[in-house]
Amino acid sequence: MKKKVLSMLLALTLVFALGGCAGGGNSSNTTGDNATAEDNKQDTAGDTSDDASADVMSYDEYMAADVDTEVTVEAYVQATQSWWEDKATIYAQDHDGGYFFYDTACSEEDYDKLVPGTKIRVTGYKTEWSGEVEIQEGTFEFVNDGDTYIADPTDVTEYLGTDEIENYQNQFVSFKGMKVEASKDADGNDAAFLYNYDGSGTDGDDLYFNASYNGQTYTFTIESYLCDSSTEVYAAVKNLQIGQTIDMEGFLYWYEGVNPHITSVTVVQ
Amino acid sequence: MKRPGKILAALLAASLCAAGLSGCHGRQEETAEFAVPDEFDTSRNYEITFWAKNDTNKTQTDIYRQAIADFQELYPNITVDLRLYTDYGDIYNDVITNIATDTTPNVCITYPDHIATYLTGENVVVPLDDLMTDETYGLGGSRLLFQSPEQSQIVPQFLDECMIDGHYYALPYMRSTEACYINKDYVEALGYTVPDVLTWDFIWEVSDAAAAKNPDGTFVLNGQDVMIPFIYKSTDNMMIQMLKQQGAGYSTDHGEVEIFNDATEDILYTVAEHTDTGAFSTFKISGYPANFLNAGQCVFAIDSTAGATWMGSDAPLVDIAEEAITQFDTEVRMIPQYDPENPQMISQGPSVCIFNKDDPQEVLASWLFTQYLLTNDVQIAYSETEGYVPVTTAAQESAEYQDYLSRAGEDNNQHYDVKIKAAELLLEHEDDTFVTPVFNGSTSLRDAAGQMIEEVTKSVRRKETVDDTYIQNLYSDVTALYHLNDYNTPSGEKADLGPLPGTAVALIAGIAAVWLLIILYLIREKMKKQRKKQ
Repeated sequence: MKKKVLSMLLALTLVFALGGCAGGGNSSNTTGDNATAEDNKQDTAGDTSDDASADVMSYDEYMAADVDTEVTVEAYVQATQSWWEDKATIYAQDHDGGYFFYDTACSEEDYDKLVPGTKIRVTGYKTEWSGEVEIQEGTFEFVNDGDTYIADPTDVTEYLGTDEIENYQNQFVSFKGMKVEASKDADGNDAAFLYNYDGSGTDGDDLYFNASYNGQTYTFTIESYLCDSSTEVYAAVKNLQIGQTIDMEGFLYWYEGVNPHITSVTVVQ
Repeated sequence: MKRPGKILAALLAASLCAAGLSGCHGRQEETAEFAVPDEFDTSRNYEITFWAKNDTNKTQTDIYRQAIADFQELYPNITVDLRLYTDYGDIYNDVITNIATDTTPNVCITYPDHIATYLTGENVVVPLDDLMTDETYGLGGSRLLFQSPEQSQIVPQFLDECMIDGHYYALPYMRSTEACYINKDYVEALGYTVPDVLTWDFIWEVSDAAAAKNPDGTFVLNGQDVMIPFIYKSTDNMMIQMLKQQGAGYSTDHGEVEIFNDATEDILYTVAEHTDTGAFSTFKISGYPANFLNAGQCVFAIDSTAGATWMGSDAPLVDIAEEAITQFDTEVRMIPQYDPENPQMISQGPSVCIFNKDDPQEVLASWLFTQYLLTNDVQIAYSETEGYVPVTTAAQESAEYQDYLSRAGEDNNQHYDVKIKAAELLLEHEDDTFVTPVFNGSTSLRDAAGQMIEEVTKSVRRKETVDDTYIQNLYSDVTALYHLNDYNTPSGEKADLGPLPGTAVALIAGIAAVWLLIILYLIREKMKKQRKKQ
C-alpha cells in the first residue's frame, strides 16, 4: 500500500516536473527576439476589402513615380521566385504591365497561397537595381474580391534589340522562332549552354544560353531560384543543340539590359 | 545574376543556427581528437571532398581541377572530389548543415570568421599546429612528394589570420584587400588631381562636386541621367575600416561588441550627409560598382582587389553592353584614409580548413592536399586570375611571379594593368593590413556593421529623417536582427543568464523531493528489516 503511495507521489512529481519543462519553454518566449518575430508577423499578409483601393496606383502612375518613393499597387501573381526568412520574391502582372516584388514580407504559409492568378495589394518602395525596376521590402495583402488573372505571354520577339522592349519589363513574354547559337566558354569552346555566365558553375546553378533572331544574338537565363534543376525547362536547356529553332516563354527581367528569365523552352525545329 | 538578398539571408540564418551548434541533436557521435599518424598509409585508397569557392571565374575552376589532377598524379591513392561554390555564404550555410549530419567536406575554402562558428562543435575542425610542424608530413616535410613551403615562407600576417584561440585552424590560400578604382578623367575634369593616398575628406568633396546637375536634370560631369560618384561594394568593410582607421571600437578580441560608439555615429551621419547630396550609394542599393564605373556613371568605385578584372574601360570581364562602356583612364589607389601617414586596410581572401574525421589517415590525406594548394604552381596561377596575391613568399619572390608583375599592361587579359596594380597595392602594403577579431558571432557583427550603412543610405534616399532617435533605433534593430547580445560574452567565460525561472526552480525542487522520499523510504525499509532480525 505504502509502495503505491510512493509510486503515485513520484509520478505526480514527474508530471509537475514536466509541466515545469513546458513552462520553461514558454518563459523563453518572453525574450526580445520573439517579440521581434511577433512584430514581423504583423507585416506579413492579411486579407483586405476594397477600402484601401483609393491609395492604389495604376501601372502608369507606378511607373511615373520616383525611385525611392513609397508605392502601392494591386497585381496578380504570375510566378513566385523564392522564399527565404519570411521574404518572398514574386513576378506579378496586371492588365497594363508587369511588376517584380523583391524581398516582400511574407510568411511561408502565405507564400504557399501565392499561386498564379492570386490578386494581391503590395506596398513598398519603388527601387531600381542594375536597371530592374521593382518594389522592394514591401508588405502585401490578399485582395479577396474573387478576381483572378493569369497573363497570356506577349510575343516580344520583334522588340528584341529595340528600346520598345523595356516597356514589357517584368511581364510574362514569349520569343518565337529563335535559333540556338553557340556560347563560348572560357576555353573558347562552343557550347549550347553554360553553367553560370562563363561556364564556371555546375548542375543546379543558373544556365545561360544564346539564341538569335534576325541575325542578332541575345542571352537568356534559367534563373535557378525561379526554375531549379528539377524543372522541365532546366532539363530542356541542358538538351539544347546549337542550330535548333526554339520558342520560349518567361519573365522579362532586367540586369544591365534585357535579361529574360525563361520558364519554358520548346524545340520547334 | 544573383542578387545579394537571399545569400545574405542564408548567412544570417546559418549564423543563428550555428549559435546553438554545440547542442545540435542531429550530429552523430563526436569524432575523436585528431592525432598525426606516424606514417601515411599508402596501401589504402582515400576519397576526399574539397569545397572550393571561385569568383564565378572559369579560369579559377580550371586551376582547381588542374591542381587536383597534378596532386592525384603524385598521390594516386587519394581521389579529390571537387564541389564548386561562388559564394562564401553558401559554403558556410552548407557546412553548418553538414556538421549537424556529420557529413562535412574534408577540405574547405572558408573565412576564419566562419571557422570560429564551426568550432562551437567539438573536434569538428582539425587544429593544424601539429600537422604544420610535423617533420615528415608538415610544411616542408621530408616525405612529401612535392615542394611544400616552409612555415616561415607563409606571409606571417596572413598565417596569423588563421589563428583562433592560440591554434591554427586554417592555412591562408589567397589574399586580397579593397582598392579604390578611379575615373581619373572625371577627377581632373572637376579640377582635382588624384593624390597618392586618398583621404575620406577628398573622396566626399570630389563626390559632392560630381553630383552637380544641369537644369534639365542630367549630370554636369557626364551629361547622363545617372551618376553615382562614390559606390561602395562591401559596406561591412567600409564601416570596419573607417572605425579601425580612427582607432575606434568594433569588438574586443574576445567578442565583446564595441561598435555602438561615437565614431560609428559620426560615420553614419557622414554617410547620410553625402547620400543626401547624391554623392554616395552602395552595391546592395544600386548595383555593381564596376558597371557604373565602366559606364561613366561613377568616379570612385571601391571593391575588392579580387574584382579588378571588372574595372576600367578595357576590363577583360564586363557586365554591361559594349556600347555603354566609356573610355577613361583608371587609377588604382588604397581605400581612403583618415591618417595618410599610417594607412590601414583590411586583409581578406580565402583560407583553407580541414574537417575532422574518424580516420586519422583520411585527415592526413586531406592535409597533404591542403598543403599542395600552397605550392608555387597553384599559388601563382590562381593569383593571376584576379588581383589576388600569393600567400607564400616563395611564390611572391619567384621569377615567374615577378615576371608576371613586370608585364603589367602588355595585354588586357592576363597582364591587365588594373588587375596587376591592384595586386601590387596589397604587396606594397602587407604590413598595413589588419583583420577583425574572430569569435563565434563575428560574422553577425560584420553583417551588422554593413547593415547600418545600408539602412542609413536607404532611409536618406527615402526622405526619412536620420537623427539621434533614428540612430538609437537603428542600433536596437541591428542588435536584435543579428542577435548581437546572444554572442556578446567573452569566450571562455560563462554568461550571466540571470535568476532561474520559477518553473526551473520548481522542477529542481520536485526532483530533490522525490530523491528525499526515496532515500527516506529505503532507510525505513532497512530499519524494519533490522527490527525483524532482532
